[in-house]
Amino acid sequence: MNFTQMIIPLNITKTISDWIYSIMPETAASYTIMVIIAVAYLALFAVAGLYLVLLERKVAAWFQLRIGPNRVGPWGLLQTMADALKLVSKELTSTIKIDKFLYNLAPYFVIVSALMAMAVFPFSEQFQAFDINIGVFFLIAISSIGVIGILLAGWSSNNKYALIGAMRSGLQTISYELSVGLSILTMVLLTGTLQLSEIIEAQRTGGWLILQGHVPSIIAFMIFMVAGTAETNRAPFDLVEAESELGAGFHTEYSGMKFAYFFLAEFINMFIISSIAVVLFFGGWLSPFGITENIVWFPQVFWFLIKVLGLIFLMMWFRWTFPRLRVDQLLTLEWKYLLPLNLMNIVLMAIVIWLNWTI
Amino acid sequence: MTDQQAQNKIKTEEYFINMGPQHPAANGVLRLILTIDGEIIKNVEPDLGYIHRSIEKMCERDSYQQIVHLTDRMDYLSSHINNEAVCLTVEKGLEIEVSDRVKVIRTIIDELTRIASHCLWWGVMGMDLGALTTYFYAFRDRELINDIFEETCGARLTMNYNVPGGLMFDIHPNFVKRTKDFITHFKTKIPEYDRLLTGNVIFQKRTKGVGILTKEDAISFGVSGPTARGSGFSSDVRKHHPYSAYDRVNFKEILFTEGDTFARYQVRMMELWESVSIIEQLIDNIPEGETKAATKAVIKLPKGEFYQRVETARGELGVYINSTGNKNPYRVKFRSPGFSNLSVLNHISKDVLIGDLVATMASFDFVIPDIDR
Repeated sequence: MNFTQMIIPLNITKTISDWIYSIMPETAASYTIMVIIAVAYLALFAVAGLYLVLLERKVAAWFQLRIGPNRVGPWGLLQTMADALKLVSKELTSTIKIDKFLYNLAPYFVIVSALMAMAVFPFSEQFQAFDINIGVFFLIAISSIGVIGILLAGWSSNNKYALIGAMRSGLQTISYELSVGLSILTMVLLTGTLQLSEIIEAQRTGGWLILQGHVPSIIAFMIFMVAGTAETNRAPFDLVEAESELGAGFHTEYSGMKFAYFFLAEFINMFIISSIAVVLFFGGWLSPFGITENIVWFPQVFWFLIKVLGLIFLMMWFRWTFPRLRVDQLLTLEWKYLLPLNLMNIVLMAIVIWLNWTI
Repeated sequence: MTDQQAQNKIKTEEYFINMGPQHPAANGVLRLILTIDGEIIKNVEPDLGYIHRSIEKMCERDSYQQIVHLTDRMDYLSSHINNEAVCLTVEKGLEIEVSDRVKVIRTIIDELTRIASHCLWWGVMGMDLGALTTYFYAFRDRELINDIFEETCGARLTMNYNVPGGLMFDIHPNFVKRTKDFITHFKTKIPEYDRLLTGNVIFQKRTKGVGILTKEDAISFGVSGPTARGSGFSSDVRKHHPYSAYDRVNFKEILFTEGDTFARYQVRMMELWESVSIIEQLIDNIPEGETKAATKAVIKLPKGEFYQRVETARGELGVYINSTGNKNPYRVKFRSPGFSNLSVLNHISKDVLIGDLVATMASFDFVIPDIDR
């Protein structure tokens, strides 16, 4: 299998790829295709991010007895587009005593790490840009880069609120990274592979992993959702930008598009966490009970997105109902409860597999 | 090198940050100068004056009828109670006995004001702790009270319904029905508040044992209102020095002895029930009578000092008027609950985290124009 076929196995894109190869030398064509894929993904996730913002506002409105945005476009569908246009056209202001280089670099760390994780997502059997054999590991590694951007933003802003926010973010991400990693590891024990497409294939016959691994899987799922919410810095773990304590936390001094990068990254991260959960626990692109597996034309991506949206809704539900934790309670929760539970859970999962008690 | 030596070598510095005057947690233009070591607060110094409008000085210039309108802008969430305090003081000076009808209507609207104020506080408390949804739940119900007020006197927030000698005009014919409807509606909503916030594990962790104010401190700092009652200091003016129609209704003074943020929270939540009960006792039998006792166009208080205290939603409001017999007072002083309550903040928020300070402040229910006047 050559490299291009691995990247674009879709039939429609095959035609485009063949055409590009026919008009260019092979190396140039290969690079052109990579650029095209990158641009397409970028556009896709910019739009996805924008519509997640809209979804959040609608969900929030629903929880809060309001209607939500409904003026721009039908049902407010163009609202976030208008907001993004406004942010793009805004002047980038900053204070004088900032560390200019780091200040400008920080938002890109956050947004790029969020977008890079997208590369390995298995939207469907054919729709996956990069099916590497260490997919899960790649996701964990990439998603922890974002915190560097947050730390840089807080440090370079020369603002005490921003600095406190950034330090909290450091604490939080380093702590909860462990739980995310360990709960993923629990599931990897069950599948025996790190490749995302194989993890999903393993669920085709045996049922979703959350059922296959029953008790330890459910514990792992709950830990993963708690730690994942903390990883994305969303309520009830939004200490990083606790607006009643720190103003806006680490992005206090950012404006315009630089602020928008932080904002979008939060939503894309939410998408990433939900996607990982869907792949690891809910069978990725597979339909529930195999109801559409035999229908050839049915898009598998539909099931993937439905499941992801379900989990995103769960995370939004957390956000609009729970108060925020205090910083010491945040650390207590991780180090005294989640981490020991997680370690025990791994042992439990190992025992379940050893005794062949999986369903 | 031992750990101790290593620690001595790394010197950390305390630094200060300004919380306010434009800080989202401060519910107004309160500036707190915090001295912080990491995230631990070492000192809280309130800096006032950002919304000082010299209301007390303006009172010396104005006639007694005009003073009433200035007091709206002090504690804007209990505007009707503020108005009433001034009216009661002037009536005391003139030795006017207002009719029963006025007393009962004043009391009902007092309690509606208290419910509205506590609703807003509940919403903001949740918001300060990060639960944004509470705000909208609270405002849904508060709007209904504002609608009743609007129909009664044309204003929703700064009422100006009281005048020395009674009320500006009689209640709207719909008033009784709408108030009853509201009470029926609101009784189903308080349990909803509890389900959303009170029972939440995170909320209880954030508030229990946080910002403990002992009874001794509460008394010596002059703390009043629900804040003091959360520490077990029985200080309800409605109970101890009844005014208007409070002597003819049965209600409990809510007392908690824990003195922490959660106790103060519970006091306010249970006061909602008490307010509902007071309104229920009065709304069915508003006596007939004059709505305004006859006063002269130009009120002149006799020479002397007059003092009246009332219980606003935040605590004890005292009005002191020193008159020389002219048409305007010689000196007016308001003893506002917020100012005394704020004074204890530094005492109880030493060595706590920033998040705790925000929770404590939220439970004190500050209205900054009330502190600054």
